[in-house]
Amino acid sequence: MDFVNAIVLLSNFVIVPALSYGSQLALGAIGVTLIYGILRFANFAYGDLMAFGTMFAILFTWFFQSIGISLGVLPTALLAIPFAIIIAILFSLLIDKFVFSYYRIKKSPPVTLAMVSIGVMFVINSIIRIIIGPFDRRFFDGERFIIRANEFKEMTGLNEGLAIKSTQVLTLFVTIVVASILFWFLNKTRTGKSMRAYSDNEDLALLSGISPERVVMITWIIAAILATIAGTLYGLDKSFKPFTYFNNLLPIFAAAIVGGIGNPLGAFLGGYVIAFSEIFITYAYKKFFAYLLPESLEPNSLIQLLSTDYKFAVSFSILVIVLLFRPSGIFKGRVL
Amino acid sequence: MNYFSGEKMTGGYGGPDIINSCTISVDKGEIVTILGPNGAGKSTAMKALLGMLNLREGKITINEKDISNLSPQDRVKEGISFVPQTRNVFTGMTVQENLEMGAYLRDENFQDTLNEIYGLFPVLKEKRNQLAGQLSGGQRQQVALGRALMIKPSVLMLDEPTAGVSPIVMDELFNHIIKVRETGVAILMVEQNARQALSIADRGYVLVTGENKFSGSGKELLNDPEVRRSFLGG
Repeated sequence: MDFVNAIVLLSNFVIVPALSYGSQLALGAIGVTLIYGILRFANFAYGDLMAFGTMFAILFTWFFQSIGISLGVLPTALLAIPFAIIIAILFSLLIDKFVFSYYRIKKSPPVTLAMVSIGVMFVINSIIRIIIGPFDRRFFDGERFIIRANEFKEMTGLNEGLAIKSTQVLTLFVTIVVASILFWFLNKTRTGKSMRAYSDNEDLALLSGISPERVVMITWIIAAILATIAGTLYGLDKSFKPFTYFNNLLPIFAAAIVGGIGNPLGAFLGGYVIAFSEIFITYAYKKFFAYLLPESLEPNSLIQLLSTDYKFAVSFSILVIVLLFRPSGIFKGRVL
Repeated sequence: MNYFSGEKMTGGYGGPDIINSCTISVDKGEIVTILGPNGAGKSTAMKALLGMLNLREGKITINEKDISNLSPQDRVKEGISFVPQTRNVFTGMTVQENLEMGAYLRDENFQDTLNEIYGLFPVLKEKRNQLAGQLSGGQRQQVALGRALMIKPSVLMLDEPTAGVSPIVMDELFNHIIKVRETGVAILMVEQNARQALSIADRGYVLVTGENKFSGSGKELLNDPEVRRSFLGG
């Protein structure tokens, strides 16, 4: 019984949260890796693009709530996502047209484009603060839990409860659907293949008659879709605060690089690698071992490798270790 | 008038002219090879024909149509296909996907062409689901040729198709190139292996410092004492 309790405890505090957090990172990392593969620069504005898309999801949610539309048990934000996506796509294409395309046509080196993206990041950041402000916003409505901790305890008679939030299940479900559609698109459709070809060998793609403008446009569209979905899921699961999206840039880049930058499947798996590492390393195992070990060996300390305040240190360390020892990433991508 | 020709092409990469009044032409069903010492402007002439170089003078025509001002991509649409010397396959994609990308500009069903190419290069059919990056050098060159042929080109340009492959594979590749000629494509290639290239070529050009130095049929050039002495090693 103690063993089951320990597993439930771990599921509740580590596995379930890591799965949903990992999914959010995975979607973001695919966006970053696609932009890197096609446009060949690290887009630091991606975190704020996520915040931008999420902001519109929130604004549309408020609008729907004000006119009395809701999805019942499901969050209204789900209804708002498609509208937010459209705005995020238009916004991305606009930025590309007025900022990035200039440097692309000039054939600027990737470092210049990365620096330009930092500028874009500050601009988007400010736009968001002007429109919605820097504060924490909760926009979740509907049924919060699928299983509550005490319901679970009553059901199973265990000491430990397993709470599953509806947003966690929603995140996982949406991620599986979106990722499946995306990989189908990249591997099976003519346009998707042309994107992979362009990312693989730009010159040869041009010689084959693949239009670079079209490939770039579709990349921005996909990146904006992923950013809005990932951002909104993150906001629903936790809360929306523009600054946290900027912070999430680090684990997202770490995920993309761990997975081998330019490799979408790698980025997807990299998201989970980073999320699990962050949460496994910052979890306090005291209670977990208390269940498993005999009383005499019960730990006195928290048995926490790192305080949760340092969770970004985990992604950063992984980033550095991967770049030092396996720059092409675990799942083989381009070398940065 | 030849099917595809560049006449009196003069130009370079912005600095001094690399090619000077250089004339190269090829007809359908013909293999023409461009030879010359290093730095003679062989690849530059090829790039000029492809439109990757701004010419100061000269005119490029295909089927009597002037294409001197078309971009490389528009020339692909005119039926000119090019196989670069290096990085000529999509390494992260399967053989079949490589071929599909070659047919990217074709909207109609290209299954027939795909089968034709598998007929021409049986090994590609066998390995169609393997990543092109995992193939041997000779097989990769076949993928590269196949990709270029998917567009059903009327002119196929090859930049050193046998660079870096073993002599046996080289013979095999030349045989493949002869088979491609039989389908009625005009083939223009730059080659380092001058003797073998001339032996399969219908005509050849020898460029020196960007100018036509010799030209003639493959046999004539092979037997020309001066060409032999300077380029074929006696």
